[in-house]
Amino acid sequence: MPLYLALTCVSALLAVSVYAIVDRRNPNISRNVYRLCIALCGILFLAAVMPRGANLLSTTLPFGLPWIGMHFRIDVLSAFFLAVVDLGGVAASAYAIGYGAHEKEPMRILPFYPAFLAGMNAVVLADDAFTFLVAWELMSLASWALVLTHHHEAENRRAGFIYLLMASFGGFALLMAFGVLGGVGGDYAFASIRETTKEGWKSGLVLALALVGMGSKAGLAPLHIWLPLAHPAAPSHVSALMSGVMTKVAVYGFIRVVFDLLGPPAFWWSIEPMSFGAASALIGVLFATIQSDLKKLLAYSTIENIGIIFIALGLALAFKANGLALPAALAFTAALFHVFNHSLFKSLLFFGAGAVLSGSKERSIERLGGLIHSMPKTAFLFLGGCVAISALPPLNGFVSEWLVFQAILLSPSLPQWTVKLLVPAVGVALALSAALGAGCYIRAYGVAFLGRPRSDSARTATDPDRWSLGTMAVLLTLCFLAGLLPSLVIDTISPAARDFVGGRMPTQAELSWLSIAPVAESRSSYNGLLVFVFILFSAYTARWVIHKFGSARSRRAPAWDCGYIETSPATQYTGSSFAQPIRRTLGVMAFSVKERLDMPAPGEMRAARLTIDIKDRIFDYLYAPLTRAVETCASGLNILSLLTIQEYLALVFAALVFLLVLVAI
Amino acid sequence: MTLLFELIAQGVQMLLVLALSPLLIGFVRKLKARLLRRKGPPIIQPWRDLIRLLRKEVVLAENASWLYRSAPYMIFAMTWVAASLVPTFATGLMFSWSADLIAIIALLGSARFFLALAGMDIGTSFGGIGSSREAMFGSLAEPATIMIVFTVSFVAGTTQLSEIAAYMVANLELRASVGMALVALLIVAVAENGRVPVDNPATHLELTMVHEAMALEYSGRYLALIELASALKLLLYISLIACVFFPVGLKSHDAGAEAMMTGLGAYVLKLAIGGGVLALFETSTAKMRVFRVPDFLGAGLMLGLLATLLVFVTRSL
Repeated sequence: MPLYLALTCVSALLAVSVYAIVDRRNPNISRNVYRLCIALCGILFLAAVMPRGANLLSTTLPFGLPWIGMHFRIDVLSAFFLAVVDLGGVAASAYAIGYGAHEKEPMRILPFYPAFLAGMNAVVLADDAFTFLVAWELMSLASWALVLTHHHEAENRRAGFIYLLMASFGGFALLMAFGVLGGVGGDYAFASIRETTKEGWKSGLVLALALVGMGSKAGLAPLHIWLPLAHPAAPSHVSALMSGVMTKVAVYGFIRVVFDLLGPPAFWWSIEPMSFGAASALIGVLFATIQSDLKKLLAYSTIENIGIIFIALGLALAFKANGLALPAALAFTAALFHVFNHSLFKSLLFFGAGAVLSGSKERSIERLGGLIHSMPKTAFLFLGGCVAISALPPLNGFVSEWLVFQAILLSPSLPQWTVKLLVPAVGVALALSAALGAGCYIRAYGVAFLGRPRSDSARTATDPDRWSLGTMAVLLTLCFLAGLLPSLVIDTISPAARDFVGGRMPTQAELSWLSIAPVAESRSSYNGLLVFVFILFSAYTARWVIHKFGSARSRRAPAWDCGYIETSPATQYTGSSFAQPIRRTLGVMAFSVKERLDMPAPGEMRAARLTIDIKDRIFDYLYAPLTRAVETCASGLNILSLLTIQEYLALVFAALVFLLVLVAI
Repeated sequence: MTLLFELIAQGVQMLLVLALSPLLIGFVRKLKARLLRRKGPPIIQPWRDLIRLLRKEVVLAENASWLYRSAPYMIFAMTWVAASLVPTFATGLMFSWSADLIAIIALLGSARFFLALAGMDIGTSFGGIGSSREAMFGSLAEPATIMIVFTVSFVAGTTQLSEIAAYMVANLELRASVGMALVALLIVAVAENGRVPVDNPATHLELTMVHEAMALEYSGRYLALIELASALKLLLYISLIACVFFPVGLKSHDAGAEAMMTGLGAYVLKLAIGGGVLALFETSTAKMRVFRVPDFLGAGLMLGLLATLLVFVTRSL
């Protein structure tokens, strides 16, 4: 029943795409489409959380490839991701009812938006390689079209081009991965892939290809370069979907292939996800710290969070390979918990960035400031998102990072030295990225929302409409609930952990006082609710005591600032000056910075000038040579287009002979 | 009856840390003054200052927001909760399991987050300079702390502070890894509390200050809360070092009232020793340049990592 409901909704979403084109003259089309999307995603969410009588549900639909059809299935993992996708879908659509009204060319979004949602849902539901890839490409292409919404700006066109390149590269890697999995003459249904045994080299190859294919979509370094370009280019509700949800679909794909289809893991499988995850976490957060475009900053921070998720998945693989079911379940639960959390707060933050963008028409935090006065409601909600994503208790981001740390602390039980020594290094990277993440959001919030307005647009900015604010408020509430009552989320994830890593964490609901304890209470426990109540209690007691016995009076006066009365808001710390210490001390790990100071000679009247040139090392050392190589090859092969007919025939014949020889061997 | 007793013990601990922390500051100041051949203010002076501040009217900058006004309460509450979760005179108090060591560190991180934001709220350049430097120090000190946590909990097999202390009491032996973790924790503690080689709590020399710069615009009760929070933080770090590395005299929660009194005595003694060492260290070193601090903290981070690896190596031998 849930599966058919879900499939009906997915086809209905596709129908909404068509409806958007047919009814394009209708002035209310934008609202209608988003309302339909809310309804359909809402039903899909219900289908994901509704009890499924049997544990698995599958079906084959008679279209797609002849005689094979399309296989669909819901199991615990796809149900979890279906819930994440559609929660994000409902939120983005509700936000878009208000936000989308500002759009100048709605027809550049409306037909693609439902198709994008349908694609993401279909990926999660797919049960054979063909369906998976078709849905994957639908998702990629629809989101590509959405990235090009504001195609008049050259920067966005470039973002779209790079995204398309990386998406097709990733899709190609996935195609090969499934090709190797299915084998020659094999069946591509997931059920039969699961049955076949894989040789060592094959699983290594599939693992690498899956990491490339899924990783390029998720934004794993060094395949992340498209993400900070493409995610901010789209309208904010689409950015939220791409960052908060689409990257999670890629995580789903990785789990499906590596934890499910590939069969029992070997310990060395964990090395790649962990090291690339650690690299992504660090690179993502360092770049996020130096961005001045709010949406770009959020996109880089997505890379960091994806890194954290992959670290946890790598740990789960290492534990699973050694038959340590409980630690594996802990790491796996931590990964899925972070998936859920990140989809909540990243959507919230992108909505906030969208509200800032539409309220002030300003993207760069260097020209904002003081928004807490002009956009008080958005400022409050955005602060909640910042606290959540900075992994600070008592909100939800902390709980999932805490779980990852707990999983790392179980690593001494691993027998292999490679993994054993890798884990503490990964732990350092994780701790560094968590701490830097907090610094990054202090900077983003402090520069954009606090202080004095740096421009008129910041001074006159206004809060967005009720729909946008309402959506953000709901997301913040969910962040709070997940942080205060983490046991509920962990118990929801447990069945997935049981099916995919063969173990589960102890049932958390049985613990007293709603606290969580991954292994045993004597080992480690955390109680978000109690900590929160304690903080509230202490704060209010302090306030009561002070107001009763001390003083409650206050008076407004000009800022003191050590006696310097400086009226220009330009004297405030800017985003780049805030990031300067981190850029100088830690930045060398990720990027090369060239600072040029043009200081006029004494007596000269022109202004001094400091130019800072920041370059992505990955781009310089990996992509630039690659691009050059491709260009050389292409120009070398150009002569092939100028051959005579005889030469073409000879070429075809040679190719045929070569292939025949290959088959004969 | 036992429930009531445990509740009282927890309450006593909360009030104890609150009462002792300004005295600790006063003690360190007094000792530093004596070491410099000055007479110095009485030990009770910080409490007098706080009470005076609490009675004063607050002068708010014209553009101060609600965040600026609520941040002191949040910073104080978070630090207070964190400080009262660290075992002082007894382990396993009633709520000690509600947050483990990682959560305590993260609570301090939350307090730092709000203090740095409050520093940027008025829009003065001093506030920004303080927040920016605090963010840089924090991003190195926090991972170093996590590494120390790793080391200690790899050794003790738990992140629960009470359990760690109990383990350390039961297995008193010298370990190189724990020794390195101790050195790393001392480095972190000096940096986190803004003590001398990193920041000078006594100075208002504009270009060198970090913590003071963030709290520059605060006055009256808000300033009192922030000062109290930073005193609590110093007490927390000394209690943490005492509880993990020198758990002598730490009593179990069910040991009875007399045992708790001796535990209390031991704790006060340990605080005094900690404060004395700090005063001695501060008078014998000079403050370093801001951009040297990352090297200092980086040493702490590397020591922490080395300690972690050492635990692995010694474990499997």
